[in-house]
Amino acid sequence: MNITLRVWRQRNSDDTGQMQTYQVTDVSPDMSFLEMLDVLNENLTISGEDPIAFDSDCREGICGMCGLVINGLAHGPKERVTTCQLHMRSFSDGDVIDVEPWRAEPFTVIKDLIVDRGAFDRIIQAGGFITAPTGTAPDAHAVPVPKLDADAAFDAATCIGCGACVAACPNGSASLFVAAKVTHLGLLPQGQPERHSRALDMVAQADLEGFGGCTQIGECTAACPKGIQLDLISRLNRDVLGALAHRG
Amino acid sequence: MAISGVILVLFLLAHMYGNLKVFEGQDAFDGYSHHLRELGEPILPYSGALWIIRVVLLAAIVVHAVSAITLWRRARRATGGKGGARYASSKAPRGAQRSYASFTLRWGGVTILLFVIYHLLHLTTNTIAPGGASDSPFERVVNGFSIWWVVLSYTIALIALAFHLRHGIWAAMATLGANTSPTRRKNLNIIAVVVAAVIVVGFLVPPFAVLLGLVG
Ligand code: HEM
Ligand code: SF4
Ligand code: FES
Repeated sequence: MNITLRVWRQRNSDDTGQMQTYQVTDVSPDMSFLEMLDVLNENLTISGEDPIAFDSDCREGICGMCGLVINGLAHGPKERVTTCQLHMRSFSDGDVIDVEPWRAEPFTVIKDLIVDRGAFDRIIQAGGFITAPTGTAPDAHAVPVPKLDADAAFDAATCIGCGACVAACPNGSASLFVAAKVTHLGLLPQGQPERHSRALDMVAQADLEGFGGCTQIGECTAACPKGIQLDLISRLNRDVLGALAHRG
Repeated sequence: MAISGVILVLFLLAHMYGNLKVFEGQDAFDGYSHHLRELGEPILPYSGALWIIRVVLLAAIVVHAVSAITLWRRARRATGGKGGARYASSKAPRGAQRSYASFTLRWGGVTILLFVIYHLLHLTTNTIAPGGASDSPFERVVNGFSIWWVVLSYTIALIALAFHLRHGIWAAMATLGANTSPTRRKNLNIIAVVVAAVIVVGFLVPPFAVLLGLVG
């Protein structure tokens, strides 16, 4: 396949940046999107140009490092895949593909396609934890967890913190991410002691970081590579309302 | 946003139902308008209950507008002022799944506000009186809606209202915690479409009945 790429190039966070066009020839349909970028970068390096900076780590869809807006959609056109698991067979020979970084004010572009997602770390620090005694591991069944709760908590825990929900949201809201984390811990017995403060603190931190508010548009769920469902945001709101009522 | 919206939707349902009394003739409609002002007497003074309703509605509108402006400003700040159009690519102008209603929510709200001002000047204060002023609410309605462009202006406003309600009702229910599963999400959206359709069609029936000479 031969592909034309229009890629966002930006030297650093102070640079204004612009789209730049590249040709990539002899692309195998079995390459992942990132492998295709690797090939382009090799050619750029050989010809003495600056390779395109982008993030990745596991390349198997579990770490949350990768993430590009491809043709205007976070993680590209396929549902429930990360950018690293998107393959070139999802495109056609001769396609012109637009590649851009996540865009949201709290996600500063560091270089080209790499953004700083430190805001997510600070949201986790604000409440995405449980207080557990240290020492030897407790017995596996010391705290029974109903199977349905365990499954639902696991579904929420599959959030890899990639940030696609923010990138896709017209309001630049991080509600789906926060909802996934609050639900994951809030469904389990171990998460109960901090349940109220967690919901309030994580939402407050997200506001502080400058993310927008949720207006239930649903682009986040459509973009999420892990299929985190929109109803978790309703659940987050119930937790917040419960916490506010509790606090009086 | 959600709670003030619910208050306004309840008002719309009651108002729409009241308007349908035009089909019972002038006495019933004017009597209804008069009754609204006598409601709660003698505990409340004349028009007392009506004024309470007006204050609640006004407060709901203010809260609704202030929350909307807050969300709007936060969204602008989070997206560099560009919202859903912040990417250079023009290949996904409607995102992955956005409804038309979700795009028109903010400007639709402004449109509805302007309509409400026009509508109050028309049928409540009768300052604008196309077709002739009258002390009888029934005659004001008939005089106004006998004119095609008055009906047209109301129709345009109600279409804006339809889109506003279609997304707003769904969003209010979801924000208040009613969305509990993907199936529920579909059902809440169906409820929003149905309620929006009932309200808008219910409002449009009297003006068109007048225009077509069925009432008057
Ligand atoms: C075709 C549709 C409509 C008709 C025929 C209609 C008719 C009327 C009439 C006759 C009155 C005056 C009642 C009286 O003075 O006793 C009134 C008042 C009012 N209408 Fe409507 N209306 C319509 C749609 C709407 C819509 C869509 C809204 C809001 C979005 C609305 C909001 C109001 C308000 C706020 C008042 C003032 C209530 C008060 O006296 O405080 N109306 N309407
Ligand atoms: S909710 Fe989905 S899109 Fe958002 S950070 Fe988690 S995995 Fe990524
Ligand atoms: S590189 Fe780890 S999820 Fe894509």
